Amino acid sequence: MAEFDKPSGRKGAARSSRAGVHAQTGTEWESLGGSKVATKPFLVLAALALLAVIFILYRFVAGLGAVTNLSDGYPWGIWITYDVLVGTALGCGGYATAILVYAFNRWEYHPVVRSAVLTSVFGYTLAGLAIFLDIGRYWNGYKLFLPWTVNFNSVLVEVALCIAAYVVVLWIELLPTMLEGYPDSAKAKSTRHRLERWLPVIAAVGILLPTMHQSSLGTLMIIAGYKVSHLWQTHMLPVFFLLSAITMGLAVTVFESVLSSIAFKRPFETPMLSKICVSMAWVILVYLVLRFADLLFRGAPIFSSGFQSFMFLLETLFYLAPLLLLFSAEWCYDLRWIFMASVSMLLAGSLYRFNAFLIGYNPGTGWQYFPALPEIFITLGIVALELMAYLYFVKRFPVLHRVECPTPR
Amino acid sequence: MGLSRRDFLKVSASGGLMLASNLSPLPALAREPVARLPEALGILYDATVCIGCKACMAACKEYNNLPTDRSTPGSLWDDPLDLSAKTVNIVKLYRNGAAQVKDREINGYSYIRRFCMHCVDPACVSACPVSALTKDPKTGVVKYNKDNCIGCRYCQVACPYNIPKFQWDQAFPQIVKCQLCEHRIAKGGYSACCEFCPNGASIFGNVQDLRKEARRRLSLKVGEVASYPMHRVDSNDMRERVVTPYQQKVYGEKDGGGAQVLILAGVPYQKLGLPPLGDESTASHSETLYHTLYKGMIVPYVVLGGLFYLIYKNTTGHELP
Repeated sequence: MAEFDKPSGRKGAARSSRAGVHAQTGTEWESLGGSKVATKPFLVLAALALLAVIFILYRFVAGLGAVTNLSDGYPWGIWITYDVLVGTALGCGGYATAILVYAFNRWEYHPVVRSAVLTSVFGYTLAGLAIFLDIGRYWNGYKLFLPWTVNFNSVLVEVALCIAAYVVVLWIELLPTMLEGYPDSAKAKSTRHRLERWLPVIAAVGILLPTMHQSSLGTLMIIAGYKVSHLWQTHMLPVFFLLSAITMGLAVTVFESVLSSIAFKRPFETPMLSKICVSMAWVILVYLVLRFADLLFRGAPIFSSGFQSFMFLLETLFYLAPLLLLFSAEWCYDLRWIFMASVSMLLAGSLYRFNAFLIGYNPGTGWQYFPALPEIFITLGIVALELMAYLYFVKRFPVLHRVECPTPR
Repeated sequence: MGLSRRDFLKVSASGGLMLASNLSPLPALAREPVARLPEALGILYDATVCIGCKACMAACKEYNNLPTDRSTPGSLWDDPLDLSAKTVNIVKLYRNGAAQVKDREINGYSYIRRFCMHCVDPACVSACPVSALTKDPKTGVVKYNKDNCIGCRYCQVACPYNIPKFQWDQAFPQIVKCQLCEHRIAKGGYSACCEFCPNGASIFGNVQDLRKEARRRLSLKVGEVASYPMHRVDSNDMRERVVTPYQQKVYGEKDGGGAQVLILAGVPYQKLGLPPLGDESTASHSETLYHTLYKGMIVPYVVLGGLFYLIYKNTTGHELP
């Protein structure tokens, strides 16, 4: 999807002047062609991934109990909460920027779409992998796709099918970028042009699917009833999960842009990032108003739940911090503040998801959960794999926005 | 601003439709509560009659081929601390202070049997994505089919009683739970726990009859001698005993949308580890919300249509042909 340029229309004139700069090369993106892939950080990541593979093999031989601290009281641990819930939210960059660019017609954000889609591809693909590790009877996994076994009352069905479909859509969205990596192939070029015609459909489906499954991730917990603390258990869960997905998607786009500018010694895209952050702050404001209105409406006491109350307040603080940007035009254009706002939002959203699924979840007395070391290492390995794939792709394929005046390397 | 007021309204309207269905007051929308099946089978457990002999536990293990669960080192016998993949039925003890009088909350004690409640509207069945957990349309027994199960454990998250258990130590694990000795019922028998209960604390039968029996017991006068059926609610094998005080409530009659296992006790149910649940099942809450959003996939298709229209216009600069 990132590939598709806007051919004409109201914003066409504004864009054509910028496109003219790249007339020689034809696209607004570039690969970091000359860079070596197997750098030292890359090898460290590879070692982490290898360690995870060893633990994963052990998990398949000795069972889930051998590598995790999961129990009948806490059947879902960090593989679901981090790898799937936070992982897919971090993978919402493609979703959030697609809403801005394609639905709200804000083409000034087009340059970041491609790298946002790339992180989304890996975030979602590896969340799928994590689900496969987590389910106990994985060899029956195909039953999820058989209409006569699927239970359409189950929220998990919607989540699973929707995520599976979105992984496919994301790879289709990434395809133009990959095809562009083969500039000499005529076949790659013709495939790209054929894909371009399908843009409105692909983009629409690419926005609809995350809207569906990100809200359903919240709906998942409604059936747990009293086990989820009143601080998080509400029929508004789908709305809150959806809003947190959008804000985390915007935050991760900013976060990633700043980090890759530092890592690859490219200039910062401050004015654009500032605008994204302000949009994010407005959505956070809507979220916070709804969140507290809901607590007030249900008459839920905030301070009476000990550690859970503390985590709720921490979550709220992280949510409030990015709002500061709205109050000062100066901070808005200060890269440090922009970066801090995005980090704070990422922490807020991640904490919200951990709270709703783990920290706020209490099956009754006698149960405890803290992830086991192998469990943590498997999650770290998955993150490492994600970063390795990102590093490989930005060096091999034209993902990052072409910069007009690159700083000397 | 590249965003016109009109376009914004269009997108918000379609997205707003989805949100609005969430925000509307839920009780008005709640799906019809699931009614009890007329031929539903269940168990009435009366803690005031239970003597804590654990004969039901031994019978349960034997007739369901479950392994012993030795929780203390060097133990010679089955001595589970709680329900697990090895134990689907357990008798637990409540004790307070001096623990002198049976079925009394203060300075008393009580036994409590825990096993699957076979809910009228089971959360596990609603949650299971692959129909591995189903409710029998006639008997209402909540059954498990390992051939469908993917091991996602959403049933464990959903169950208000923490009943489904997972084989954490197995490379090819299953979910394990009480299935009311369905294999024995199929051959004309009934639940082993009730057949081998020597005191009539657990009786098997049609749930309507069990409810009547439970109500009858609550209406008995404390201190009088009354007759209690043994093994089955429709049994002629009766036993006389002196009635002790009851909590004036049948647990499972309405709790969590109702259950096919009913419990009577002298000690408040919450003290015995039975969660306080509303009269509505969590399954009805979850399904109401979920089906409101996805009924006939109408809302998703409307949103998709709206998105397609907008994106077509924004990328080509033309209205739809």
